[in-house]
Amino acid sequence: MREPLLQLEAVQTHIGPYHILHGVDFAVPAGSLTMLLGRNGAGKTTTLRTIMGLWQASSGCIRFDGRDITATATPDIARAGIAYVPESMAIFTDLTVRENIVLAARSGPVDSARLDWMLGLFPALKRFWNLPAGNLSGGQKQMLAIARAIAEPRRLLLVDEPTKGLAPVMVRSMIEAFKALKAAGETILLVEQNFYAASALGDDVLVMDDGRIVHSGAMSDLVADPNLQQRLLGLSLDAHQ
Amino acid sequence: MTATSAPTGLPFDETTPRKGALQTILSSDLPRSKVLSFILLAILLVLAATPFLFSGSQPISTAAKICVFIVLVASYDLLLGYSGIVSFAHTMFFGIGGYGVAIALERLGATWTSVGLGLAAALGSSAVLAVAIGLLSLRVRAIFFSMITLAVASAVAVLASQLSDITGGEDGLSFQLPHALRPAFRLLSEPFLGTVVNGRILAYYLLFFVALGTFLLLLRIVNSPFGRVLQAIRENEFRAEALGYRVVAYRTVASVISALAATVAGALMALWLRYNGPDTTLSFSIMIDILLMVVIGGMGTMYGAVIGATLFVLAQSYLQVLMEAGSTALSGIPVLPNLIHPDRWLLWLGALFIVSVYAFPGGIVGRLRQGRSSQA
Repeated sequence: MREPLLQLEAVQTHIGPYHILHGVDFAVPAGSLTMLLGRNGAGKTTTLRTIMGLWQASSGCIRFDGRDITATATPDIARAGIAYVPESMAIFTDLTVRENIVLAARSGPVDSARLDWMLGLFPALKRFWNLPAGNLSGGQKQMLAIARAIAEPRRLLLVDEPTKGLAPVMVRSMIEAFKALKAAGETILLVEQNFYAASALGDDVLVMDDGRIVHSGAMSDLVADPNLQQRLLGLSLDAHQ
Repeated sequence: MTATSAPTGLPFDETTPRKGALQTILSSDLPRSKVLSFILLAILLVLAATPFLFSGSQPISTAAKICVFIVLVASYDLLLGYSGIVSFAHTMFFGIGGYGVAIALERLGATWTSVGLGLAAALGSSAVLAVAIGLLSLRVRAIFFSMITLAVASAVAVLASQLSDITGGEDGLSFQLPHALRPAFRLLSEPFLGTVVNGRILAYYLLFFVALGTFLLLLRIVNSPFGRVLQAIRENEFRAEALGYRVVAYRTVASVISALAATVAGALMALWLRYNGPDTTLSFSIMIDILLMVVIGGMGTMYGAVIGATLFVLAQSYLQVLMEAGSTALSGIPVLPNLIHPDRWLLWLGALFIVSVYAFPGGIVGRLRQGRSSQA
């Protein structure tokens, strides 16, 4: 049994009058890539934002490496080693690619070996290094957002729909990049709508519906069981290949 | 972390950046437009040589006012353009600088020690007020922060008017300058380039060099890692927080730096006028002028402060004169002379502002830089 790096116990979140998360329980083992799947509005993004402290959990407990971070402020959660890549290519468009990366490396200059590794994952960023990030294409912006998250060693990456709106060729590049991150031993919790990408990457899978985790297990089991896919996600893998 | 791919070779040298002297002075933030570079250089040279280029007191007073407003507007650009903070308390810090120097020189005597003590007290008061306003109100939504700064600024203006024993009330304070800055002081026994180098000219150069130094310091700050964090916060504070940056702390530090620069500008203004009162530094109309100068010049560019302040102060000082000449020249023609009568200068200044905002939505600097990139 792998040690959980992140653990959520009965987490509930309200946003204004809306009750979004209804007692979310799951664990993310260290060194694994865990997929968080579910239809639109299931509560996936709210789960990530609640872990980051961007929305406060109204009850329940979030533990990171054994430490209760439920009421911790977002900057402190980030400083504890959790990187968050929001959906919608969340970069700073007025800053250059370089400045975006430097900004993420809070502990000092980016180590040149790490920079080399990062640009090996996302070679397109090299060409636009000193240009405003707002000039990048959608896929390049997404690459920059992920590169920013790994600009310095982090203990956990929370990534929200990195392939959303990307062309198939970009999706394949993104899958390769995440495979490389997995191989580098990064712990990742990845929200994804693209089941093809999810099945290619996930060690473990969590399925959400209506603010609850309705399934957890090995990704390989879900991939091998079309009936389970149909029941949980209303789809089969064949349709997405 | 393990490198998972062969080394790619970096497209840059991150370890040994080589910079020229100009890049170092301008913190690698070059004007990025030939026309802009030319205009900035022209402004710098004319301001540096004003005492020797023009005769009479109005040109040198206009140039001194431009120097003061460049600092004041640049410090406001740090707040508005780089941090996205809309504050109406900027003239309050300008006023604190003016009153600090004025009260010290009036009470303690016309010495450099008084200037130093007055400036230090003003800087301390501004820093304390800026921290208090920042920590108490930068957590709330932007509109509430703006309202709070408006309320505090109004309260300080009323206080300055009511505490007449200390501030001189509505009449303000007139004071003597240290000996070396008085008109009667002669640095050189003979005129230099046809101009008598007296204390007034020394006072002008004191203003010029302090303004230049403060502007370059602000340019350095906005181009530092701290400045980049401010820009990131302005664009999306939640993303900046998710990277580990404490937004309120950064905004508060930006407010303090901006307030300190405004205080220095206020002190310079008082030294130049040998007077400080509510109308010269605390007035709300000055706050409106600062806003106009930032917008006309171009927000978030720093150089916009130079262009905006120069254009606006020149218009304030000479638009009436130009209109007078135009009105006289057009006498005999119906309507037109009345339309450009000097009394209507504010109307035309307003029209000029509307046209410039319409024609240059990113300010003059934004427009000039855009022109360069579209040519490229």
